[in-house]
Amino acid sequence: MKIHEYQARDLLSRAGIPVPPAGVVETAAAAREAFIRNGLPVQVIKAQIFAGGRGKAGFVKLVKSAEEAYQAADFMLKNRMVSVQTGPEGIAVKKLLIAAAVDIAHEYYVGLVLDRAKSGVTVMASAEGGVEIETVAESNPAAIIRHTMHPAIGLMPFEARNIALGIGLTGKPAATTADILLKLSRFFLQYDCSIAEINPLVLTKTGEIMAIDAKLNFDDNAMFRHADLQAMKDDSETDPLEVRATAANLNYIKLDGDIACLVNGAGLAMSTMDVIGLHGGKPANFLDVGGGVKKEGAIEAFRILLADPKVRGILVNIFGGIARCDLIAEALIQAGKEVGFRVPVVVRLEGTNVDKAREMLAAAQGELPTLQSATDLNDAAKKIVAAAAA
Amino acid sequence: MSILVDKNTRVICQGITGSGGGAFHTKGCLDYGTQMVGGTSPGKGGTKDANGLPVFDTVEQAVRATGATATMIFVPPLFAADAICEAASAGIKLIVAITEGIPVLDMVKVKTYLAGFGDDVTLVGPNCPGVITPGECKIGIMPGYIHQPPAAGKKNVGIVSRSGTLTYEAVWQTTQMGWAQSTCVGIGGDPVKGLEFIDVIGMFQNDSATDAIIMIGEIGGTAEEQAADFIKKHVTKPVAGFIAGRTAPPGKRMGHAGAIISGGEGTAASKISAMRTAGIIVADSPADMGKVLVQAAKHSPTPV
Repeated sequence: MKIHEYQARDLLSRAGIPVPPAGVVETAAAAREAFIRNGLPVQVIKAQIFAGGRGKAGFVKLVKSAEEAYQAADFMLKNRMVSVQTGPEGIAVKKLLIAAAVDIAHEYYVGLVLDRAKSGVTVMASAEGGVEIETVAESNPAAIIRHTMHPAIGLMPFEARNIALGIGLTGKPAATTADILLKLSRFFLQYDCSIAEINPLVLTKTGEIMAIDAKLNFDDNAMFRHADLQAMKDDSETDPLEVRATAANLNYIKLDGDIACLVNGAGLAMSTMDVIGLHGGKPANFLDVGGGVKKEGAIEAFRILLADPKVRGILVNIFGGIARCDLIAEALIQAGKEVGFRVPVVVRLEGTNVDKAREMLAAAQGELPTLQSATDLNDAAKKIVAAAAA
Repeated sequence: MSILVDKNTRVICQGITGSGGGAFHTKGCLDYGTQMVGGTSPGKGGTKDANGLPVFDTVEQAVRATGATATMIFVPPLFAADAICEAASAGIKLIVAITEGIPVLDMVKVKTYLAGFGDDVTLVGPNCPGVITPGECKIGIMPGYIHQPPAAGKKNVGIVSRSGTLTYEAVWQTTQMGWAQSTCVGIGGDPVKGLEFIDVIGMFQNDSATDAIIMIGEIGGTAEEQAADFIKKHVTKPVAGFIAGRTAPPGKRMGHAGAIISGGEGTAASKISAMRTAGIIVADSPADMGKVLVQAAKHSPTPV
């Protein structure tokens, strides 16, 4: 799960990590007041949306007076932000972060990341902050300190001190950074993070250490034990069909092609997309209806696929294990009657109760003229690509 | 011969009375012929399940009373890490965790805990379909009837996969091609898990009943690249494969918690290239997994 910059800042601040004074506002007047309250001569206003490209679009702005803060905020709240990531229609901005800009002496990186190859958590730190850590890893891997953290014991204070000294800090800033590392590592474990990085962590010209920006990613599997994170969830920039699918317990990701697919199992769903691609088509989505899917869920899945105006064909690929082919066939027939298949539908079924399912589909053929059957997955992909192009 | 499980494996189910699949699939395994000998459900010790199997409060009690050496775990995600550790502590040798949705950091802790048992405990999963040695023992949720037990005149493939339904595809296709399966292992779709490709492929290499191997991977992580390197160095049996997710966009989690391309790592192209370099025949289409197995078996330096 993703959260907004202001939310990450707030979480880290509550964890005891020093951040510059800031406020979150929803009106231009409030931005003016926040500028005065923050009390620093140069401040930065940032639109709080997930889409990238804010700087170029004028939605991150340095301001030097309360009046400038008002003007910048007014612009961001009245105009939709358009960038490569938003599409031409743009996104409306509702919240702004206004934060003090600090005088930077040096930028560092500190972070923790789940390391799947080691089945562990790796603490990373570098004196080359302010750029993406992947870039540093490629250009100058020796500039990154890596430390494997014990998942139950956590980071030990001496380990944190060694890391802080290792990136060239000394004296009080080193002690503060070690403390930040300990707090960040506790935060990582407490909140089931997959990534928790502060980049940049800055040393100011007055000798203070502060977190300027942070990236926090959380494990979706662990959301059930973090009600506070769930409350931060913001679906306003998520595709409405994806939101609808999540509500129906369907694993659906919208893509930009025109051939929809409905599949059971994540691996088979991915490879169904691949086989559409292999035969010259472009998949419109990923959809795993899951092994335990009920008829209502399957019907809703068809509704969602058909609600995408780009879709010119649907490939149904079921290998019945726990999911029964006859149940899918029943849902398919009912969905066809209810919503009407405005596009060709190619069905490939195998596994549990397949014979019964094939009989049901054959009997319903008269009512569902766009339906075709396929013998295997290659055959199915060829048929749907051809039918969608016709 | 086979790997991990055979007709003598005595199995319990943790979460045997639960609606999370334990009750349903215990029956499925019994029907297949697995020696299901009981199960656990804290608070229901002393009762019987729908199949008449004894239910215990703890795994330790179940092991003492039934002599079980393997467990199939269906307990919900919140309690699954505890269930895996309980099984290891009670002396269970093979833990098959079916549960989907276990927090990743719970699994990191589980792995740290299991490290204390060394080679005495093997974990398969979580978020996997399980393990089956056709005709002998099924621990998991796979449809049993698609499998072909070894028989006179048939060659046997060992299958290892991160995906459940793709395993069924491979089983179905190889059965159609006239092959049998020695053992099929679903290692699961999570980023932190028990057995990895290299572990299972190493077992197949040493198993006298396995003539050839199919490995089925997907985007995310680097386990397939590591396996390809391992195969190049240590495996003499023919290996065929498939990788799911060529058309998956980066940064999106494709159903499985572990199926995500991040930071340029974990792409299908990287895996397929590593596998081909190692001499593995990789199918372009999931419909051709059976076909590439036959090719691999014929064209291998050690044909079968």
